[in-house]
Amino acid sequence: MDNLLAARVQMGFTLGFHMLFAAFGVGFPLLMLVAEGIALRGGPAHYLTLAKTWGKANALLFAVGAVSGTALAFELGLLWPNFMLFAGSTIGAGFATEAFAFFLEAIFVGLYLYGWNRLSPLGHWLTGIPIVIGGAASAALVVSVDAWMQHPVGASTLLHAPARAAPLAMLFLNPHWPVMALHATIACYAATGFTLATVYAFGMLRGRRDEVHQAGLKIAMVLATGAAILMPLTGDMSGKAVAAFQPTKLAAMESQFRTQTAAPLRIGGLPDPKARKVNYALEIPGGLSWLAYGRSSAKVIGLDQVATADWPDIPVTHVSFQLMVGAGTLMVLLALYYWWAVRARGRGLTMAPLRALTAGGPLAFVALETGWVVTEVGRQPWIVYGVQRTADAVTPVHDLLGYLIGYALLYLLLGTTVLWLLRRVERGAPALEEAA
Amino acid sequence: MTPGVPWPDIAWLLAVAAMTAYLLLGGADFGGGVWDLFAWGQDATLQRRAIAQAMGPVWEANHVWLIFLLILLFTGFPIAFHQLVIGLYVPLNLILLGIILRGAAFVFRAHGRRGVGQQSLWGRIFGSASSLTVVLLGAALAAVSAGAPLTAAWRSWLSPFAILTGLFALAAAAYLAATYLTLEASGSLRATFRRRALLAGQAAGFAAILDLGLMSFEAPRLFLRLVAPDVLGLVLLVGLLGVGSYVSLRARHDGLGRFLAAAALSVMLWSWAAAQWPYIIYPGFTVIRSAAPDLALRQVLTLVPFGLLLLVPSLWLLLHVFKGRLPLEGEGGRRPKPAR
Ligand code: HDD
Ligand code: HEM
Ligand code: HEM
Repeated sequence: MDNLLAARVQMGFTLGFHMLFAAFGVGFPLLMLVAEGIALRGGPAHYLTLAKTWGKANALLFAVGAVSGTALAFELGLLWPNFMLFAGSTIGAGFATEAFAFFLEAIFVGLYLYGWNRLSPLGHWLTGIPIVIGGAASAALVVSVDAWMQHPVGASTLLHAPARAAPLAMLFLNPHWPVMALHATIACYAATGFTLATVYAFGMLRGRRDEVHQAGLKIAMVLATGAAILMPLTGDMSGKAVAAFQPTKLAAMESQFRTQTAAPLRIGGLPDPKARKVNYALEIPGGLSWLAYGRSSAKVIGLDQVATADWPDIPVTHVSFQLMVGAGTLMVLLALYYWWAVRARGRGLTMAPLRALTAGGPLAFVALETGWVVTEVGRQPWIVYGVQRTADAVTPVHDLLGYLIGYALLYLLLGTTVLWLLRRVERGAPALEEAA
Repeated sequence: MTPGVPWPDIAWLLAVAAMTAYLLLGGADFGGGVWDLFAWGQDATLQRRAIAQAMGPVWEANHVWLIFLLILLFTGFPIAFHQLVIGLYVPLNLILLGIILRGAAFVFRAHGRRGVGQQSLWGRIFGSASSLTVVLLGAALAAVSAGAPLTAAWRSWLSPFAILTGLFALAAAAYLAATYLTLEASGSLRATFRRRALLAGQAAGFAAILDLGLMSFEAPRLFLRLVAPDVLGLVLLVGLLGVGSYVSLRARHDGLGRFLAAAALSVMLWSWAAAQWPYIIYPGFTVIRSAAPDLALRQVLTLVPFGLLLLVPSLWLLLHVFKGRLPLEGEGGRRPKPAR
C-alpha cells in the first residue's frame, strides 16, 4: 500500500470513528435534558432514571469522542502537513471557534455528570443547557472547515496574496457552510434518536416492557422522527449546493458519465466506470436535472468534462450516496410506521413495529457514515477542491502502513471495549460516582 | 490594518499561556496517573479513588488546553508546525497514542467490573500511558530547543538531554499532582500524598540540576541564554520558588506549597520561552518567520477574548463546585474513614 493510500485510509477510519461518538455527543445531551426536565416538572420518577442512565452512557461516549477528536487534531498535521501549511491559518479560525464550543461542553459535562449531589435539582438541569448548545455548535462550526475544503472561497487570494486572505469571511461567509452545517448537525440527532430507539425496542422485544423502556423508546422516537423528516429536506439543499459548487462530485454521486440535458435520476445501480455506464439502475427521466436545478430539462455536467485521472472513485461515491438516500427514506417510513402503530395499539406495541425498529435503527448511522464518504471521497483527488491535490498534501514520512495497522488495532480495542461497557450500563451496573 | 501591532508575538504569548495552562492542569492529571500506577501502601485503594475523584470532573476540560495549543500552532505558525509534524513524526504519534490510551482507560476503568481502586488492566494502562506521555512531551520540548535537526530521526528526541528532560517532566508532574492531592484529600491520605510530593520534589530537583548540566553540552545555546543576565533572574526565581514550595510542604503549609509549586513550574516554562526566544524551533524557525500573515492572525486572535468571556466564568463554576472547600467524598465525607 502506498503512503497516500495508507494516509487516506487512516484519516477516513479515524474520522468515521470519531463521528460515531461525536454524533452521540450532539444528540444525547438533548435527550438527557428532556428526560430530566420532565422529572423536574413532577413527571414520573423513571424519567430521572433515564436521565441518569443516559448520563453514564454519555460519559463513556464523550470521553472516547474527546480522545478520538484529539487524534484528528494531531492527524491533520501528521498526515497532511502540506495541507496545513497551505490552509492552517485559514481553517484555524473554524477549529478555534469549535474549540471554544467543546471547551464549554467539556466543562459542563463535568458539572452535569459529577454534580448530581452537589447542585440543586434545578441547578443541575441548567448545567445541561450549555452541553446541548456546545454540542450542536461544535458540530456546526467544525463543518465550516470541511465546507471550505469542498468549496474553498478565497483560495486564490490565499495562493497569490496570502497577506490579504481573511479567514473568517472565507469560512463563515461560504454559502456551502450553512447548508452542510444544517444537514450534518441534524444527522447527529437522527443517529442518536434511532440508535436509542433500537436499544429500547430490542429490550422490549425480549420482554422488558417496564416504564423505563416505554418512556425511553418514546422520547427517542420523538427526536428520531423530527430529525428524520428534516433529513430529505436539508439533503435536497445539500444536493443543490453540490450541483452548484462541485459538478464533478454530483456526476460521481449520480454516475452521470455524459453531459446531458434532461438527465435522469438513477436509483440504485452499480456503475462501471470503464464502460461508462450504470447497470441495474432504475431511471427516472429528467429527475436529476429537476432535483439539481429545478427544471427537468436542465443540463447536467457529466464526468466526460473531466480527465479520467481526476475522477473520484465512482462506485464508492455512487453506492454510498444510494445507501444514504435509501436509508434516509426508510427512516422516514419507519418513523411513520411507529407512530401509526402507537396510535393503533397504544402502549401495548405489537412485536412487528418493535422488530422493525430493532432492525431499522442502525440505518441512521449507515446514512451518517455513508454521507461523509460521499462528501469526502467524492471530493477526490482534491483535498481542497480544485486547489490542492490530496497527493500533494500527504506527509513525506515513510512507512505509514505500520502506523495505519497500529491505529486500526487500537481503535478496534477501543470500539469493542466501549460496546462491552455500554452493555453493562444498559443493565444498570454502577459506575462513576458510585464506583469512585 | 493597524500597523505596528505585533500579532505574531501575541500569538506566541498565547501559545505559551496555553502551554502553561496545560502544564498546571493537564500536567497534574498526568501526575495523577503516575501516582495511580505507583500507589503503594495499605491505603493504595483509597489513593487511587482520591486521584480518580479529583480528576474525574475536570480532566476533559484540562485536556482542551492541548487542543488549543495545537490550533494556535497551526493557525499562527503554519511554517514551524509543518516542520514539527514532519520532524517529530514518531514521538508525536507516540504522544497521541498515550493520550488516547490514558483518556480511554481512565473512563473504561471507572465503568469496568472492578471499578477504581484495586489495580486492574485498564488501571495499569492509564498509569503507564500517563507516565510515558509526560516523558515524551518533555523530550519533544527538549528536541525543539537543542538545535539538532529534527529530521535526524532518533537523535533529536532520544538524546540523553531529551530523555533527561522527559524524566524531569515526569517528576515535576508527579510533584504537582501530589501537592494538589495533599490539599484535596483529607484524613491520613493527606499525609500520604505529602510524603509522595516530597519524594517527587527531590527527584525533580535532582533531575533539574543534572538536566542543566547536560544542557550545557547538548543544547549550548539554550543554556547560554538561560544564564544570560536577562533570563538568569527568572531561573533563579524558579529555584527559589521550588525550594520554597518544598519547604512549605514539609512544614505542612499545604496551600502555600501548592501555590509555590505551580508558580515554580510556570516560571520555569516562561524562562524556557524567554531563553528560546525568538525561536520556536532552534535553529531556523523563528516566531516572526514562521508566522501566518497579520490579517489571518488578527482575525483569529480577536476571537480569543470572546471565547474567554464564555469560558472563564464556566471554568470558575467548575472549579468552585468541585474544588471548593468541600472535602472529597470517600475520606472525611460520607464514607467510613480508613484506619490510621
Ligand atoms: C442521518 C443521516 C443522514 C440522512 C438520513 C441523509 N443524510 Fe445526506 N449526509 C449526511 C447524513 C444523512 C451527512 C453524513 O451528515 C453528510 C456528510 C456531509 C454533510 O454535510 O452531511 C451528508 C451529505 C449529503 C450530501 C453531500 C453534501 C456535500 O458533499 O457537500 C448530499 C447531496 C446529501 N447528503 C443528500 C441527502 C439526501 C437527498 C437525503 C435524503 C434522504 C439524505 N442526504 C439523507
Ligand atoms: C466527521 C465526519 C467525517 C468523516 C466520516 C470523514 C470521512 C473521510 C474519509 C472517508 C476520508 C478519506 C477520503 C479518501 O481518501 O478518499 C476523509 C478524508 C479527509 N477528510 Fe474527512 N470526513 C469527515 C469530516 C471531515 C471534516 C469535518 C474535515 C475537516 C476538518 C475532514 C477532513 C478530511 C481530510 C483532511 C481528509 C484527508 C484528505 C483526503 O483524503 O481528502 N473530514 N474523510
Ligand atoms: C462533522 C464532524 C464533527 C463533529 C460533528 C464533531 C463533534 C464533536 C463533538 C460533539 C465533540 C465533543 C466530544 C463528544 O461529545 O463526543 C468533539 C470532540 C472533539 N473533536 Fe470533533 N467533530 C467533528 C469532526 C472533527 C474533526 C474533523 C476534528 C479535528 C480535526 C475534530 C476535533 C475534535 C477534538 C480535538 C475534540 C476533543 C474535544 C475535547 O478534548 O473535549 N472533530 N467533536
